[in-house]
Amino acid sequence: MAADAGTGTSSAPAIELRCISKAFGPVRANRDISLVVRRGTIHGIVGENGAGKSTLMSILYGFYKADAGEILIGGRPVQIGDSQDAIRAGIGMVFQHFKLVEPFTVLENVILGTEDGALLKPSLAKARGTLRQLAADYELEVDPDARIEDLGVGMRQRVEILKALYRQADILILDEPTGVLTPAEADHLFRILENLKSQGKTIILITHKLREIMAATDTVSVMRRGEMTATLRTADTSPAELAELMVGRKVLLRIDKSPARPGRRVLEIEKLCVTDAQGIARLSDVSLSVRAGEILGIAGVAGNGQSHLLEVLGGMRPATGHVRIDGKELDLSGPGCDGRSRRAAGIAHVPEDRQREGLIMPFHAWEDSVFGYHSDPALQSAPGLMDNARIRSRAGDQMARFDVRPPNPDLAAQSFSGGNQQKLVLAREIERNPDLLLVGQPTRGVDIGAIEFIHRRILELRDAGKAVLLVSVELDEILGLSDRIAVMCGGRIMGERLASDTDETELGLMMAGMKGKAA
Amino acid sequence: MDFPTLLQVLDSTVRLATPLLLACLAGLFSERSGIYDIGLEGKMLAAAFCSAATAAVTGSVWLGLLAGIGGSMALAGLHGLSAITFRGNQLISGVAINFLAAGLTVVLAQDWFHQGGRTPSLLGGARFEAIALPFAETLRPVPVLGPVYAELISGHTLLVYVAALLVPASWWVLYRTRFGLRLRAVGENPEAVDTAGVSVQATRYAAVAICGLLCGLAGAYLATALQAGFSRDMTAGRGYIALAALIFAKWRPWQALGATLLFGLLQAVALRYQNIELGGVGLPVQVMDALPYILTVVILAGFVGRAIPPRAGGEPYVKER
Ligand SMILES: Nc1ncnc2c1ncn2[C@@H]1O[C@H](COP(=O)(O)OP(=O)(O)O)[C@@H](O)[C@H]1O
Ligand SMILES: [Mg+2]
Repeated sequence: MAADAGTGTSSAPAIELRCISKAFGPVRANRDISLVVRRGTIHGIVGENGAGKSTLMSILYGFYKADAGEILIGGRPVQIGDSQDAIRAGIGMVFQHFKLVEPFTVLENVILGTEDGALLKPSLAKARGTLRQLAADYELEVDPDARIEDLGVGMRQRVEILKALYRQADILILDEPTGVLTPAEADHLFRILENLKSQGKTIILITHKLREIMAATDTVSVMRRGEMTATLRTADTSPAELAELMVGRKVLLRIDKSPARPGRRVLEIEKLCVTDAQGIARLSDVSLSVRAGEILGIAGVAGNGQSHLLEVLGGMRPATGHVRIDGKELDLSGPGCDGRSRRAAGIAHVPEDRQREGLIMPFHAWEDSVFGYHSDPALQSAPGLMDNARIRSRAGDQMARFDVRPPNPDLAAQSFSGGNQQKLVLAREIERNPDLLLVGQPTRGVDIGAIEFIHRRILELRDAGKAVLLVSVELDEILGLSDRIAVMCGGRIMGERLASDTDETELGLMMAGMKGKAA
Repeated sequence: MDFPTLLQVLDSTVRLATPLLLACLAGLFSERSGIYDIGLEGKMLAAAFCSAATAAVTGSVWLGLLAGIGGSMALAGLHGLSAITFRGNQLISGVAINFLAAGLTVVLAQDWFHQGGRTPSLLGGARFEAIALPFAETLRPVPVLGPVYAELISGHTLLVYVAALLVPASWWVLYRTRFGLRLRAVGENPEAVDTAGVSVQATRYAAVAICGLLCGLAGAYLATALQAGFSRDMTAGRGYIALAALIFAKWRPWQALGATLLFGLLQAVALRYQNIELGGVGLPVQVMDALPYILTVVILAGFVGRAIPPRAGGEPYVKER
């Protein structure tokens, strides 16, 4: 099979999907999808969040069963009932959320499910040798005896790729592989993919980053709302065209903004330190400041202390050090360390995990629209009694202003899409007119159309003379929105830059722990 | 305390720890696969009744043992069905099994044997006999080691030795075999097992079946070796103590041996010293009897420090919401 793979244009396509459909309850995640992936190519699949990309690939890998449709591998129809069938057909998949057993070693994870016999010893020995070979062939070094829980995301992803290669996958599916990587790690990944392609393997790359599609793929397919809307040669298309196909209308990919006019210092952070329950330092000597009318962006790979910083400022986690709002010291560990006192001090918080910390999912949108502000007398009909009629009508107005769809305050928070849930939280926090807005991952899992809207709202708040602290793992977002950028790595600030005189490469190096030149 | 008394206490420690150990290992297999099992108690009780009733009727302890295992595995299957296939709440299913066993055993015992919810006393071949290990009597005169061998090591019933051997065997199965790797993996991250092409359900059913088997041994031991027949609620909370020992042992076989020996020791001490004078005040019997249970509460309340349960424990494996 490998022999003719390189020249495979004349042979049958590696994968052919015919009319695949899949529904989760009322949600039709995939509708009549047909797709042809040519052997020995890198085939990109783009689409907004919830377009059904992961579902389609999980069907191909046997994780979900399609309601209808046909799968052909190498021209032959196959029944993929479970992942074992997919593996046998030569398919390997790296899921968006890794499927690794954390307390196990790399080696144990690699052999799981493909052990050679009832005893582990021979399988482990064989896998050790094979991993060494694969590492040499594909730049995939990883310590076979390390426990997964001790590895960073980049390494975990390598383990997932190794798992697939160990099973001799000819077709490798990667679902949003770069979301968790530094730019340098992502570059490394793309080199590996090129290398795999040159060995005749077929690669399906799912991403929502158009830049990666343009750089790495040969062919690209676009999905929208469960349907496959187009398949194009990458060389013949452009990011603008792809974005339009994804969303169904023209979108602004660049963020238009006027220069900032920074005013007084609103937030001052001095020597902030956090040590978690396991005794690990999560924040070490973090000092930052944010002025009125400016957006300070915090860049960094997920898990480098940004979340802890937001939690401390939001009153969700105690810390040591000093934080001042307009010169007034905040209580960082005592009784005044809670969300309510922070709101009273003029801080609004759009947390990173909106479903866990920003909303109560089964509650109505109007109920969610006042969380954190219950004690506001304007929302009470008598002391201690909520004025529900008023809250409901206010919520309706807010939802209209923030373009929440559908603008119905009686729906449960969980029945809105990710983007609209985010708008609910933003509306609640921004309409309070805070001095400082903390916002974490504002567009994670949000569709492109809504991203534009959310960005515009954050900029409007800045232009109204408010201070904004933005945490995001999306470098594009940080570069596009921020006026100043601080980079975090390992709980420390690696350096600060003006957004106007830095670029992705420099920030990427700092994110990987390289100290920036003094700003 | 003199040496012979010490030996006696330790000897009864071994006898009392055995059912705990068997139940603890049973729970270990189940919980390591991600299925919480609060129904150890019920399965043991059912096994005790089935084995005693069968042994009483047939006069064969072996048939009794088989029946005990069968009864326990039937309940294990029920738990599996509700927890694995129907993705129900594992605690509720376990509690239901405990109630079912507690009620059904007494009702059937009364209906079949008319002895106030007991089975007839088992005699002769209907009970497990003590096994004298080779040279036990010859070596007895050797100082210290002789009595230890003759009293403490020799002279237990078969199931005691089986339980002891099951400790290294469990360790070996869990950590050295393909089945063990998959079983542990499915308790930590069933999706990893699923996407590796292994059936999550089959692996969990296998674990639950082993749990049923071991609870069967534990229950049969209670009714046909430790005692001579079934009486109502004869498990007396041993299933729960085994669960506490399991947490104490952090879900590991060798530690399970240590933890159950500790609980066994407490029970042995309570049994032997029913009246203790503490500073002139006589402690009532009930205090001593309650000691193992008090320790259970203390341990469950977190005295053990950080015990990390299997990460996917207690959660049904649902792919599609
Ligand atoms: N396991 C599941 N159960 C129920 N609904 C799901 C499940 N997985 C995905 N969905 C729904 O299917 C749709 C498509 O999701 P997904 O395939 O993950 O999209 P994408 O990967 O393109 O972001 C979404 O509306 C999502 O909520
Ligand atoms: Mg996805």
